[in-house]
Amino acid sequence: MSGFGWAFARDFTLAWRHPGETLLTLAFFALVASLFPLGVGADPQLLARIGPGVIWVCALLAAFLSLPVLFASDYADGTLEQMVLSPHAMAGWVSGKIAAHWMISGLPLTLLSPLLALQFGLPADAIGVLMAALLLGTPVLSLLGAACAALTLGARGGGTLLALVALPLFVPVLVFGAGAAEAAAAGLSAAPHLSLLGAMLIVAAMGVPFAVAAAIRIAMD
Amino acid sequence: MNVFYFSSPSTFYRLAGAMAPWFFGLAVILAVAGLYVGFVQAPTDAVQGEVYRVIFIHVPAAWMSMFIYFVMACYGAVTLSFNTRLAAMMARALAPTGAMFTFVALWTGAFWGRPTWGTYWVWDARLTSELVLLFLYIGFIALANAFEDPRRGDRAAALLALIGVVNLPIIYFSVQWWNTLHQGSSVSFKGTSMHVTMLWGMLLMAFSFWMYAIGAALVRCRNIILDRERRTRWVRAMA
Repeated sequence: MSGFGWAFARDFTLAWRHPGETLLTLAFFALVASLFPLGVGADPQLLARIGPGVIWVCALLAAFLSLPVLFASDYADGTLEQMVLSPHAMAGWVSGKIAAHWMISGLPLTLLSPLLALQFGLPADAIGVLMAALLLGTPVLSLLGAACAALTLGARGGGTLLALVALPLFVPVLVFGAGAAEAAAAGLSAAPHLSLLGAMLIVAAMGVPFAVAAAIRIAMD
Repeated sequence: MNVFYFSSPSTFYRLAGAMAPWFFGLAVILAVAGLYVGFVQAPTDAVQGEVYRVIFIHVPAAWMSMFIYFVMACYGAVTLSFNTRLAAMMARALAPTGAMFTFVALWTGAFWGRPTWGTYWVWDARLTSELVLLFLYIGFIALANAFEDPRRGDRAAALLALIGVVNLPIIYFSVQWWNTLHQGSSVSFKGTSMHVTMLWGMLLMAFSFWMYAIGAALVRCRNIILDRERRTRWVRAMA
């Protein structure tokens, strides 16, 4: 799995030296979440009830926002082709790229989420569950999103097509992710939701890199 | 004779042309029989009254929406593993019919839900996952048509169909996993909790829809073949 290491290091270094995109994603996340109280009214009880769902939808959209660049720039300048020709197993370096994508999109979103949860007036234990759910769920979003980004490489209608392809696949993650925090807020156990999210993460981490590799091969010939 | 004889688009074009009218004919006969059984012979439901008769459209359409996606994903697997042209064309040809049945299932469900549940739509697990299925179909069609090179679209869409097939068990088992508004199934392989005449009406309609789906896919596949092969000699010879 040496391919994992260098692909991860490369993408992470690139993102580190151009932090603008990551900050843009975070700003988008916070901005969209703050639009909801303005749109639905500032009733604290209502906000506490819809908070987990709103934060999840915003995280989903923010994670989706950074997807098109995952492979597109490497595809455009030929780097991706060189990577395909490299002796490393494709699933390895693809996983590295996805892990780097999660580090610069999913992880910052998870770390920022308690702040937004406080704005929505969520109880303290629900905030913990929300963070745990985001920690388990956002890698799944990065994995599934990477598969869709690879499928739509070089397609007409870029971003809109990617949304149409990726968002339906995100639905189960959204359902269980938001369900976990809502269960905690209602005084129920969030464990079943978190277990299912964990199961999704394991299945996606095992299977999706191979699907992404297949999609990149399709894009290459 | 070799079965792969018909995997060439030019020979399949003639075979599909010969078969499609038979499937449409069967679909009409079965639909007439199914509608007769459903609307004339089947008794009025003790609880729901006459409203329940929408199941003769709704349930078969919902079955077909899932089944067609499964068949499409199988064609997708064949496309990717054997790199065949015809399987990808069949997958493309099935997608609009599947999307249509998904839409019909949602639409008739809404009209049934209004008098029975008191609402057109609820965010129930089965309804939501059926809606996701509709978006999967639309995404498949959009992705298949998004590339200059149709072969590229074929293979990308095939892979998407295979990824999306995860949704099928979620729809099918949603009424058992989440105890929400949509009722469980009345039909299983072990037996049925409904009147036998109702079951026959539903089965006849399901077979009618099945035959229609095959016929429609064959006709659409013929169009796709003509479009792809328009520069070849055999297509020009026909024109």
